[in-house]
Amino acid sequence: MLENALRFMTLADANVRFVLLGSLLIGATGGLLGSFAVLRRRSLVGDALAHAALPGVALAYLWTGSKALPVLLAGATVSGVLGVLLMQFIINFTRIKADAAIGIVLSVFFGIGIVLLTHIQRTGSGNQSGLDKFLFGQAASLVEDDLKVMSVLAGLIILVLVLFFKEFKALIFDPSFLQSLGYSTRWIDVLLMGLIALTVMVGLQAVGVVLIAAMLITPAVAARFWTEQLNKMVLLAAAFGGASGIVGTFVSSLAPRIPTGPVMVLVATFFFVVSALLAPKRGVLARGLRRQHNARREAQQHFLRACIELQEKLAQQRAWAMEELAIEMGHSPDKVKRIGRQLEKTGLVLRQDGRFSLTEAGLEEGLFVVKSHRLWEHYLYYRTILDADHVDRPADEVEHLLTPEIIVRLEEILARERGIDTEQIINLHGTGSQYRRGGRE
Amino acid sequence: MIEISGSFWIVLTGVLATASCGLLGTFLVLRKMSLLGDALSHAVLPGIAIAFLLSGSRAIVPMFLGATLFGLVTTLLVEAFHKKWQVQEDASIGVVFTALFALGVVLITAFAGQVDLDQECVLYGEIAYTPWDLLLWGEYSLGPRPVWILGGVLAVNLLLVTLFYKELKIASFDPAMAVSVGINATLIHYLLMAMVSLTTVASFESVGAILVVAMLIVPGATAYLWSDRLEVVIGLAMFFGMSSAVVGYYLASYWDSSIAGAMVVVVGGIFIFSLLFSPNQGVLSRLWQRLQLSLQVAQDHMLLALVRRDEEVEERARLRPDELVGSAAVLGILAQMAFRRLRWRRLLQQVDGMVELSAAGEQVALGLLRKHRLWETYMNRLGLPEDHVHAPADVIEHFISAELEAELGAEVGDERDPQGKQIPPSG
Repeated sequence: MLENALRFMTLADANVRFVLLGSLLIGATGGLLGSFAVLRRRSLVGDALAHAALPGVALAYLWTGSKALPVLLAGATVSGVLGVLLMQFIINFTRIKADAAIGIVLSVFFGIGIVLLTHIQRTGSGNQSGLDKFLFGQAASLVEDDLKVMSVLAGLIILVLVLFFKEFKALIFDPSFLQSLGYSTRWIDVLLMGLIALTVMVGLQAVGVVLIAAMLITPAVAARFWTEQLNKMVLLAAAFGGASGIVGTFVSSLAPRIPTGPVMVLVATFFFVVSALLAPKRGVLARGLRRQHNARREAQQHFLRACIELQEKLAQQRAWAMEELAIEMGHSPDKVKRIGRQLEKTGLVLRQDGRFSLTEAGLEEGLFVVKSHRLWEHYLYYRTILDADHVDRPADEVEHLLTPEIIVRLEEILARERGIDTEQIINLHGTGSQYRRGGRE
Repeated sequence: MIEISGSFWIVLTGVLATASCGLLGTFLVLRKMSLLGDALSHAVLPGIAIAFLLSGSRAIVPMFLGATLFGLVTTLLVEAFHKKWQVQEDASIGVVFTALFALGVVLITAFAGQVDLDQECVLYGEIAYTPWDLLLWGEYSLGPRPVWILGGVLAVNLLLVTLFYKELKIASFDPAMAVSVGINATLIHYLLMAMVSLTTVASFESVGAILVVAMLIVPGATAYLWSDRLEVVIGLAMFFGMSSAVVGYYLASYWDSSIAGAMVVVVGGIFIFSLLFSPNQGVLSRLWQRLQLSLQVAQDHMLLALVRRDEEVEERARLRPDELVGSAAVLGILAQMAFRRLRWRRLLQQVDGMVELSAAGEQVALGLLRKHRLWETYMNRLGLPEDHVHAPADVIEHFISAELEAELGAEVGDERDPQGKQIPPSG
């Protein structure tokens, strides 16, 4: 195993270089085209196409007796494309839905392929070894000639992709724009499908028909977590795919029995999981942290509002016990204590003798929150969106989202349309609040 | 004990597996969950492999537990990636099942020395070894183990589907109604998923992954081309599956190839046959219907051309055959066929190399003209300008039934049409 690893790392062996370059090509083209396939919602069509390629491989061999890659790939392309056409035909002309049509083409063509392969194995020259690598892939069997074929295909794919990048982009995001430019969406779609077919062919020998679809889908989905821009996503997917190819090939070279395809897929899946967890904006952790941050901020703002509202009720008092606040906020004293401590750290609240009071900054922030809450209540009520006794809850949720600009506009609207003096909306000096919720005047 | 041949057991195994798959597959296809079935049958592989490794045997219970666990994991992951991680649903299915299948293959190949399960078995199954995989009771053989397992699974599936038939039916056709009558759709969903997992595991080692996928999806979809009634679709799906198991076995020995693969080829053949010939949905029957319709339209147009000519010249008009054929405004060969059919129906008669309407032909033609002009008048009443009413009437005239004609007659009255032409009286 160590020997294998060394041989791999030093790149001394020409064969190792071919294998590495090959898996890099496969992963990269898979990622490039996969981005378009996934965004165009054609992920599983790639799977059907790959499975449908198998009988073509076997028939090409039976017909020509040759195991040369171009011959086998030509057969694979023909039967793969036939499979996709049949699928489209089933969807268009019968009531069978797309999902079942994909399943039918995938499994039946694959069944035909298996019959042909087993037939070749049992009756032919007794040597099926050149063909069964198309099932799960064997990167180690790549030779220089194979690599030439793959490079030509990959070069062609990349060339067409660069030339038609704008059109493909429009096809995905705005087909009607594409039509207004005078392109037929149908032909651009066919061109994209053709490129996807070629991509599958590039990877067929090293990854195999069963799992090549994953090299289209998984790196692209992983890249989608990191960016909102198509060109970045495409490059990133290519990078993920290429890395999966290289790492996968390396790992499977350590234990020759393990086919390459599944290992590459597992590496790509690893990238997917890492991306889903760690990506800065769309990642699960980032979104979780954002949610937690928001929840904490909301709790803190409720605390400040409770302080202000208590102050309105009891104008003389400026500091409150945890229990008073707990009743006002409807939380447990423990939770109130925890929020109070957080606010103390940020300097919005002071704690003396177990009683909380607002600092200068705390008062300012609290007044803003209360104002947001009440203005929104008024607004909902006066726009007769909700009844007076239903406005508190929605305001509870929205008050945290209102920006100073929105507040100014709300004040304007309420002053103009309802003659409400919003300066009077909070009264800290009277005995009890002058404020009445939503017009119980 | 009676000696039963090996082929009998192999065929029986195939029949039992395909019967279960056909039964459940119908619901998968109807519920547009074929791909989840596909994903499930790939994704249970690591469960089976892990159960093999841990238990060191092919005992059904650990395998079933392992596979059901991974079946559940697949369903949950697909949903979680889709809903919580905002991955598109099809991509989510693709990521999950390829990853799990890859994991299964790696596990199997990595520990190939320790378990007797290999890549080929995963794909093609080992149905050929069925007769030697015997279930022993003490010293007596009770017959092949797979037959017992698959028979049991089929019984369980039949029982559950019978018990929950109404719920499955409503939840498949009208999920909203299912909820409103108090059916727990989620429960039905997971019940179906559990049955599919169970069937997949039981079928997997004897018939392999491809046969399971194919037999889940293809027979159900094929039967769906033949009937609208769920009971019939289920029956047909099971029948298609089982007969392809029987025929596939013999084809495989003839071709000297994988038995499971040959069964798939047969069911694929049944699908293609249905695609072409099924009476309602079949491509050929639809083409045939379209041809009949075109012929009908062409005949109608010829009759109308003659009767309009009669009207113009106020006597029995005669046209040259090629003039008449040209008036049909359809593809030449269709017009020729329509012309021949008109003569065969004796609606036309030939005089001195010219054609004219026969008495019967005039009746039919006047009826058509009446429909045409009634519709023109009606459209004109509805506000369509009189120079625009001809085209819609030209299209609709072939489809106006006797009842509709009577209604139109009552509505419009026996007047003149918008161009001032007489509407022929009815009868």
